[in-house]
Amino acid sequence: MIKAKSDRVPLFHISKRDNVPKWQAWLIRGGAVVAALLVSAVISAILTDGASMGLFFKNLFLGVFGTPRRILNLFQNTAILLCIALAVTPAFKMKFWNIGAEGQVLMGGLACVVCIKYFGGKMPNELLLVVMAAFSIAFSIVWAVIPAIFKAKWRTNETLFTLMMNYVAMQIVACCIFVWVPSGSGVLGVLKYGHMPQLGGQNYVINIIVVAVLVVLMFIYFRFSKHGYELSVVGESENTAKYIGINVKKVIIRTMVLSGALCGVAGLLLVAGTDHSLATTTVGGRGFTAILVAWLGQFSPFLMSFTSMLYVFIDQGASEVASVFNMGGSFPDIITGIFFFLVIGCEFFINYKIKFRSFKKKNEISTPDAEGEDTAVGLDKNSEEVTA
Amino acid sequence: MFLSFLQSAIRFSAIFLFGSVGETLTEKSGNLNLGIPGIMCMGGAGGLIGAAAYIKSLENISQMNGPSVVIIAMITAMLFGGLGGLIYSVLTISMRCNQNVTGLALTTFGIGLLAFVGGTVDTTGFTTVAVYFTKSFPFEEKLGGFGELFFSYGALVYIAFILAIISAVVIKKTRVGLNLRAVGENPATADAAGVSVTNYKYAATMIGSMIAGFGGLFYIMDYLGGNIEYSVDVYGWMAVALVIFTVWRPNWAILGSIIFSMLYLAPNYLDVSFAQKEVIKMMPYLVTIVVLVITSIVSKKESQPPASLGVTYFREER
Repeated sequence: MIKAKSDRVPLFHISKRDNVPKWQAWLIRGGAVVAALLVSAVISAILTDGASMGLFFKNLFLGVFGTPRRILNLFQNTAILLCIALAVTPAFKMKFWNIGAEGQVLMGGLACVVCIKYFGGKMPNELLLVVMAAFSIAFSIVWAVIPAIFKAKWRTNETLFTLMMNYVAMQIVACCIFVWVPSGSGVLGVLKYGHMPQLGGQNYVINIIVVAVLVVLMFIYFRFSKHGYELSVVGESENTAKYIGINVKKVIIRTMVLSGALCGVAGLLLVAGTDHSLATTTVGGRGFTAILVAWLGQFSPFLMSFTSMLYVFIDQGASEVASVFNMGGSFPDIITGIFFFLVIGCEFFINYKIKFRSFKKKNEISTPDAEGEDTAVGLDKNSEEVTA
Repeated sequence: MFLSFLQSAIRFSAIFLFGSVGETLTEKSGNLNLGIPGIMCMGGAGGLIGAAAYIKSLENISQMNGPSVVIIAMITAMLFGGLGGLIYSVLTISMRCNQNVTGLALTTFGIGLLAFVGGTVDTTGFTTVAVYFTKSFPFEEKLGGFGELFFSYGALVYIAFILAIISAVVIKKTRVGLNLRAVGENPATADAAGVSVTNYKYAATMIGSMIAGFGGLFYIMDYLGGNIEYSVDVYGWMAVALVIFTVWRPNWAILGSIIFSMLYLAPNYLDVSFAQKEVIKMMPYLVTIVVLVITSIVSKKESQPPASLGVTYFREER
């Protein structure tokens, strides 16, 4: 039995590679996106009993660029998603797995609604917006910093902690809505106060501008500030950080404060800028999607703008395809799921290289070994051949 | 009143139990599979497809054979759950992708798949299928309250309890379980000791996903009586919480899942307002956080997460 094993050489051998040219890496990623679109087209063709692939792509683009309204929606949705993605990025650069953005944004939104409920109509709109921003950022920071404190002090698992905080936030929101809407319908109607002003006769423009500014600020923060440097050192190696005198606990808590503040901004943009209302589904899974988007964008603010737009493009286009082909509202989730699988998977080909065994060599090796101690020698010989 | 509350809590606990036993097995191998909610949805979708295909193959619904429809739906639920696990395993174990990201993508995919299948599948005859799923022991009524409490459930509930006990024994008492724990705690050491890290991770994740897949099937076919609803993912996240609550022990998960389902169902049996109901529903998450915090402060070795949880293993990396 052992002898047979010693003759075997693995079919392929995986090794790390770290000097992939940038263009090659982006070629692989681009290929993954194209492959994802093709797979989606094939799947939709199968599900609709053979609608043409051309029709899939046509509707995909029509859904995003068909009307000026849709283009504005593309930018608006991208802005919100990007804002949340920016919020999770500092923590992830530090390898702090904050998957609680959903709850943190929701708490920000809740704070906004609280302000509108109690101060709405009692102060000018501009002042109200400022108060809303302050409250929303404060609420989100509290929600983000609780897990950070426990992580810093007792190394409590932050992934699971922040995940639970999401659902606590959702239940708080559900509870508040029932308090505010005594009829028990559980739907908070459109709120009258605290709307963001329109710019150029269009909604959402302020959202887009705010997020664009945030992208630049975060880029500067990561690239040129001492904080940005410290958090990436903590992410790379905590021991190194301690050794060069970085207070790791302080960095963890400070970074999560920043993360929370950005989530608060996202909550403000959602409530004051787009929805003017609140429900437990207001964030709608974007807290999780943002993590995927940020990760795909390599935690670089500019790349993330691109990946978040790509995600919104596919999501929005796929819903148009679904409505044209009568496939129901959940079709985009399947398509984006496939998109993520392929794009996540393609990182493997960037980070590792696969070396298949050469069959000629194998024949040379497979000279039968004697039994007993000789097998060990045989093993060694094989491994030398593989590494050679 | 209390008896019926306890009875429905035990019945409802199966969905949490399936999810958390599956996730515990997966996490014991060092894979933090956040795709479990999606995998449960996929299992539900698989069950729907299996049952619908079986009904379609009949000439008349009255020909339906109870045991075979249950078994077919279970097999397809297992296949779909296993497919979810396979996607996750290939991406994280073979291709060394980030576990959290892959899991979240899988959840998105699974939720979409269940909603899609639920919206397109032909549901005629599903209520009849549900009757077979909820069929229990014939002597239940003769035993009164005792029978109602212990013998009134469909097959899947008992399967959940049996699987939990088997997993607990395997993890705690067998060599396979010891190796599995070693892989989850320190894969490099396990590898050096001759344990195939890849095989163990694959097997644990796939089996765990198959078990979790039953959760979605149970929810739709047994608990909802064949009516399709898409909120499976919420219970999936609660199952992930339950894994922490029971500090990675499937046998404790039996009790834990009953507590969770009691907390979840309690508002329906109490005379409280809507807002208070939502507060009570918050409890499972809050107690999970408390358990998480306490275990990390006390930092007893037995109640810690597997040491390499969430870390992908590559032999040549150090």
